[in-house]
Amino acid sequence: MLRIPCPFCGERDHAEFSYGGDARVQRPALDDRSEERWYRYVFLRDNPRGPHREFWQHVGGCRAWLVVERDTGNHEILDVRFAADAMKEAQCE
Amino acid sequence: MSEQRARLARGGRIDRSRICTFTFDGRTYTGCAGDTVASALLANGVHLVGRSFKLHRPRGIVGAGVDEPNALLTLRGGGRTEPNIQATMAELYDGLSAVSQNRWPSLALDALSINGLFSRFMPAGFYYKTFMGPTRGAWMWFEPAIRRAAGLGKAARERDPDRYEREHAFCDVLVVGAGPAGIAAALAAGRAGSRVLLLEQMATAGGALLDERTDSHAERWRSEHLAELEALDNVTLMTRTTVFGVYDGGVTGALERVHDHEPEPPRGQPRQRLWTVRAARTVFAAGSTERPLLFGDNDCPGVMLASAARRYLNHFGVLPGRRVVVHANNDSAYAAAGELRRAGAEVTVVDRREQPAPDVGAALRADSIELISGARVERAHGRHRVRAVTVADARGTRRLDCDLVCVAGGWSPNVHLASHLGHRPVYDARVGAFVPDTLPEGQFAVGTMTGELDDAGAVAVGWRAGLAAAGQTDDERAPAPPATAAASGWVHAHGNGEAPRGGPGKTFVDLQNDVTDRDVALAFREGYRSVEHLKRYTTLGMGTDQGRTSNINGLELMAGLRGQSIPETGTTTFRPPFTPVALGALVGRRTGRHFRPERRTPMHDCHRERGAEFVRAGQWLRPRYYPEHGADVDTAYVAEMRAVREAVGMVDVSTLGKIDVQGPDAPEFLNRVYANGWLKLAVGKARYGAMLRDDGLVFDDGTTSRLAEHRYFMTTTTAEAGPVMSWLEFLLDTAWPDLRVHVTSVSDQWAGVAVAGSSGGHVLAAALDGVDTSDDTLPPMGVRDATTDDGLPVRILRVSFSGERAYEVYTPAGYGAHLWERLMAAGQPHGIEPYGTEALGGLRIEKGHPAGPELDGRTTLDDLGLGRMARPNKPFVGDVLRHRPALESEDRRRLVGLQPVEPGARLRAGALVFPDGAPVEGHGIGHVTSVTWSPTLGHYVALALVAGGPAREGEIVAAASPVHGEHVRVQVVPGVFLDPEGERIHA
Ligand SMILES: [Zn+2]
Repeated sequence: MLRIPCPFCGERDHAEFSYGGDARVQRPALDDRSEERWYRYVFLRDNPRGPHREFWQHVGGCRAWLVVERDTGNHEILDVRFAADAMKEAQCE
Repeated sequence: MSEQRARLARGGRIDRSRICTFTFDGRTYTGCAGDTVASALLANGVHLVGRSFKLHRPRGIVGAGVDEPNALLTLRGGGRTEPNIQATMAELYDGLSAVSQNRWPSLALDALSINGLFSRFMPAGFYYKTFMGPTRGAWMWFEPAIRRAAGLGKAARERDPDRYEREHAFCDVLVVGAGPAGIAAALAAGRAGSRVLLLEQMATAGGALLDERTDSHAERWRSEHLAELEALDNVTLMTRTTVFGVYDGGVTGALERVHDHEPEPPRGQPRQRLWTVRAARTVFAAGSTERPLLFGDNDCPGVMLASAARRYLNHFGVLPGRRVVVHANNDSAYAAAGELRRAGAEVTVVDRREQPAPDVGAALRADSIELISGARVERAHGRHRVRAVTVADARGTRRLDCDLVCVAGGWSPNVHLASHLGHRPVYDARVGAFVPDTLPEGQFAVGTMTGELDDAGAVAVGWRAGLAAAGQTDDERAPAPPATAAASGWVHAHGNGEAPRGGPGKTFVDLQNDVTDRDVALAFREGYRSVEHLKRYTTLGMGTDQGRTSNINGLELMAGLRGQSIPETGTTTFRPPFTPVALGALVGRRTGRHFRPERRTPMHDCHRERGAEFVRAGQWLRPRYYPEHGADVDTAYVAEMRAVREAVGMVDVSTLGKIDVQGPDAPEFLNRVYANGWLKLAVGKARYGAMLRDDGLVFDDGTTSRLAEHRYFMTTTTAEAGPVMSWLEFLLDTAWPDLRVHVTSVSDQWAGVAVAGSSGGHVLAAALDGVDTSDDTLPPMGVRDATTDDGLPVRILRVSFSGERAYEVYTPAGYGAHLWERLMAAGQPHGIEPYGTEALGGLRIEKGHPAGPELDGRTTLDDLGLGRMARPNKPFVGDVLRHRPALESEDRRRLVGLQPVEPGARLRAGALVFPDGAPVEGHGIGHVTSVTWSPTLGHYVALALVAGGPAREGEIVAAASPVHGEHVRVQVVPGVFLDPEGERIHA
């Protein structure tokens, strides 16, 4: 029963979105040959209570991938950004 | 037909001029419009309405609303049969038929209740121990007997002919419950201009005010304020609408019983409607439920809540008993006592308190009501209806004859909805009950559900909450409406804090689930002492009534046994649904064909006109085979395969996923997402590609063509079209935002036809006038966009899934049917035949091409024999994890071909593979993935994933299908059965 404010389309019901998993895990670079790092990226997840950063795609709208900060305790949406922007910012940090 | 002998001549809100005839257990009765089935039965003096869940004890009507634990009936018949309906909630209509449940052979004579046979058979903890303990296996033995003996009504086996709907509603302020506090809240918010939705579960708004007489001040208050609500355009009152769940984001689920009060819905109207209400703020005014008092055999028909007796008397005009014992531990029962007396009953009040309030005694004397204070009812007597009670006080015991016992054990606030979001109710010692904890912003609880039992207080609190919900402060508007002066001057009250205890005989705490005080004590002795354990062990409070009349008494009993306070003993939170919701309402219109969207290809009508048999492939409808080719699917698909191998055939491939990939970095992008290399693909060429997931397993495959320097046309499998699109978007948005690439799904924009067979080139040349399809311009893996003489735009790929000379011809979706017919006509002289998914599958199996059954999300490139596709010197998605040791192990299940040792033997997809001669046990060494009859070879061929894979070539193994009783010896052979050199694509 969430509503997610898509930066492009505005606030929409969560039925228009599909969940894409944990956005905090760091994807290794394509040419990174470390099996350990790929293993951690693909398989290891925390299950935090409280604010959580996760990917959602607006499949029934603009189709952008978003990074949504959501409180897993009460489903409050704290922040929504285009994933492309969030990733570029993360690279700059 | 019996007359309504307990109906009063005057009073109540029923319509005596409209008589409804109905049947109960085959016997005919009459009632009035406005009755419930319960009030109509009581009007006819019928108190015995059911047998209990486990012990088959006779049971009567206890409550007058959603609190009713006992009176569960099966209504209607045929496909409309509905079991477990509370008689107190079922509105009467002319022609209604109701039957009692859980009795055999009849309600009055129930074989399973004799000598309480079942109580020894099924003690508390029976289910718990049977399922959880070492005796788990015993369930197999007990089950048939228990299923027959214990339980509620039976669901219909026929299809429900009625229609159900789902709708959405939006408002500023949602008010749940139209009692005094809810009406005040709705009025305050409504006058302040908010959009207000007021939901009431009963047919008539008023809540506890409906317990009051129709000539009372309370009734005047009710009608005046409802009239004002009615006049406000921004306020909507919906009755017969139960809020069953509260969810995040201000969302509330409600069930509207649109036409349950009629024999069947009018044409085109829904039976019930499921509402999803999104409200900015929500005011809960859910009221409270009266608590029973415990004593021996308190489940005897004729033992009723005092508030329910008032409801039957004042709302329905029914006198439910003529000799009444009112058993109370608080003042709230005295209104019932006085009103029953004035309606003509003899009344005795047994008050557990030594000293009821002084003015109470005087009022009782004025009404000639005997008061026995400091006394308790020890036990009820009677079998199908209470005949007497034993009353005990300090002086001893005595027996009072009666035909109705009204019990008044105080009030339990209806905290359920306020706790759905996980807010645990808290114990308020001042009122002796659980009340809602501090609610999150935007939610308010008002009225008696907060423990506020004074009606003036309830109205004032409701009013303030309504104003706050509308965003206003108290003093901005006119003062609150006056109090309702309900309860005839008596202030409602909670119990006197005395711990409950049972009496002689059986004392029931939970009537619906047959849980007694001794069951609670047994749970305590066996160590199940926390509330959650108590519930699971005894099933206390786990019935369809969510324990509305039983939870608090069970908790108090356990607290007493543990020698602790109630808060120390704990409470439980409630989950949706507050009342049962029919599956039909949850499903709504999404049933049958509307269960999910149905996608049709642009050529659908062409296939239908040819009489194609369709098959669902995900959401798609695809031709499975064309019956013109044979009497059944087996002969038809083989004929279709033969047409392709010997002449030419065509198949609708519009369902393939199609993605337009554009941008300067498109070659690099494809090079990363596919395991094979893409940098050297020339413009005008297509290439087969396989994609992996990050974990190294195969994700999808398809052909991608280079249309121009920076533009590609990707195809995916039908099944993975959506996931592949999302995956490419994910990689571009999150992993490689620097790549200058844009992807667009064009699956719905293009219709596609594959023309396969040695005459395919001639068919194309004949059909597409002006398009050069010669081998020079369109060699194998060639691609070109072209336009026919008459302007039909086409894109032609010379790719083959069947192993034959083959072309995929795409055209904008709107031209799909035209293209199909044109190719069909041009192919006529060459003997072209359309083919469906069965032949499509058969052709690719003969060629050993993996498809859905092999790309099952568990296979690697090596498993599928495609390992050499992966480019060793470039990074691509999945390349690192595909080298995990377990994925490279030699004994992994790998793709092989199978053919039967006996040429006539039939193979079956899904069969397990075992070593020859080995017993058929466990999962074997592999499984058969795909099977077809090969018209070329004249026997069945199969693809299979078998441990060791191609290393077993030549070996004889067995393909066994234990569920079909089949066991076929097969030889492991290379997966390509036909034309391993691939010469036919040049034919
Ligand atoms: Zn969007």
